[in-house]
Amino acid sequence: MRALDFDYMLGLVPVLLKYVPLTLGMASVSMLLALVLSCLLAIVRVLKVPVVDPFTGLFISFFRGTPLLVQLFLFYYGLPQLFPSLTALDGISAAVIGLTLHFSAYMAESIRAAILGVDRSQWEAARSIGMREGQMMRRIVLPQAARIAAPTLVNYFIDLIKSTSLAFTLGVTELMGATQKEAAGSFLYFESFIVVAVFYWVMVEALSLVQGQLEQRLGKAVQR
Amino acid sequence: MIRVRGLTKSYNGHKVLDGIDLDIEKGERIVIIGPSGTGKSTLLRTLNFLEQPDAGTIGFDDLNIDVAKAKVKEIQQLRLHTAFVFQNYALFANKTARENIAEGLHVVRGVSKSEALARADAILGEIGLADRADAYPSALSGGQQQRVGIGRAMASHVDLMLVDEPTSALDPEWVEEVLQLMGKVAAAHQTMLIVTHEMRFARDIADRVLFMEGGRIVEQGPPEKIFTAPADPRLQQFLRKVLPD
Repeated sequence: MRALDFDYMLGLVPVLLKYVPLTLGMASVSMLLALVLSCLLAIVRVLKVPVVDPFTGLFISFFRGTPLLVQLFLFYYGLPQLFPSLTALDGISAAVIGLTLHFSAYMAESIRAAILGVDRSQWEAARSIGMREGQMMRRIVLPQAARIAAPTLVNYFIDLIKSTSLAFTLGVTELMGATQKEAAGSFLYFESFIVVAVFYWVMVEALSLVQGQLEQRLGKAVQR
Repeated sequence: MIRVRGLTKSYNGHKVLDGIDLDIEKGERIVIIGPSGTGKSTLLRTLNFLEQPDAGTIGFDDLNIDVAKAKVKEIQQLRLHTAFVFQNYALFANKTARENIAEGLHVVRGVSKSEALARADAILGEIGLADRADAYPSALSGGQQQRVGIGRAMASHVDLMLVDEPTSALDPEWVEEVLQLMGKVAAAHQTMLIVTHEMRFARDIADRVLFMEGGRIVEQGPPEKIFTAPADPRLQQFLRKVLPD
């Protein structure tokens, strides 16, 4: 076994650090969009909104049932062939759209379960004082569902951060893409990829710290 | 005056409400008694569409609803005429005591947030919980939660307060404080329809007592008559079971 090139590894750190904002940016934007979309999907499913409900079912089924990589290729390489106007779609946007749709399908199911986990009496009390369904969802049901869903949603966010590495296959030079380029230049594949692995690991661990605070905040109402 | 005509409700072919006719005068306090499973709670719940009734009409001064054809907007309006006190309190778990009372005023009735909170504080004073204004329901005793539940119903000054077994879920130690508050609300001439198993309370508070069985109002009258000279044999039998000798 040859010795590890620690100097190279240390030198790689500042190079890769420059790509952290892009990776976290793609992950955060995708997560925010996925949160909004998944809440809408979940509400449609729970309230069984006529006409739209079957389509949300199909949407969730498709985006859960096919690999993320296939979806990304479909958006980036496939769709522009059908719709030439989409040729202008850059790799970052295509990745964000793909990640959003993919993860919103998973998250919608978690949020749906969390909504159904909110006690029926909460719905009845909201209706009894004359709240409309939208007001009830926004003010009473979703805030309580958020507490139930938070651990699972943070899990999806972790998965999402790591999945941004697939954007590299769309030609985006993000953390993974940059590492690949460095490794191809130095031929030090182990050193390069172990450093980037630690990068992802640290980002996810930092998120776990935030998770504790988030859960404490959401749980404020039920602490004695 | 509130007029209910021919209200029916079935579950899986079983008639839970079998043609209820009921007039309620302004300020009247009506207590419904009867064995379990005779439709008492269902009657309350259909009156503000927590359960959708099958047929009949519900009328308030300016609102007359054919329940079978009720539109979303009519149901909304009907709910603004009524307030519900739940057996299990059903306070909003993500809102403080003060917010629970202010919520409907602010969100549904368009009262400004500061005004709604100020009114909530006044009500918290009336129900003796001024010092618990910022507590979440999980930090309140059952009796305190139910008092907030009653406070929430008081806040909107509705035409009809629907009260569904307000003490059934309470530990015995909290029953008295809730009944006292109910008495206070009744004394303020709030029109009320109350389902309860507390016969002494029913006797003290009611202008009229309804005895329900099999989804119908079998007998009704002032409490003196119902409790001392019941006519229907089913009521006589029921009272023998629930009243101490």
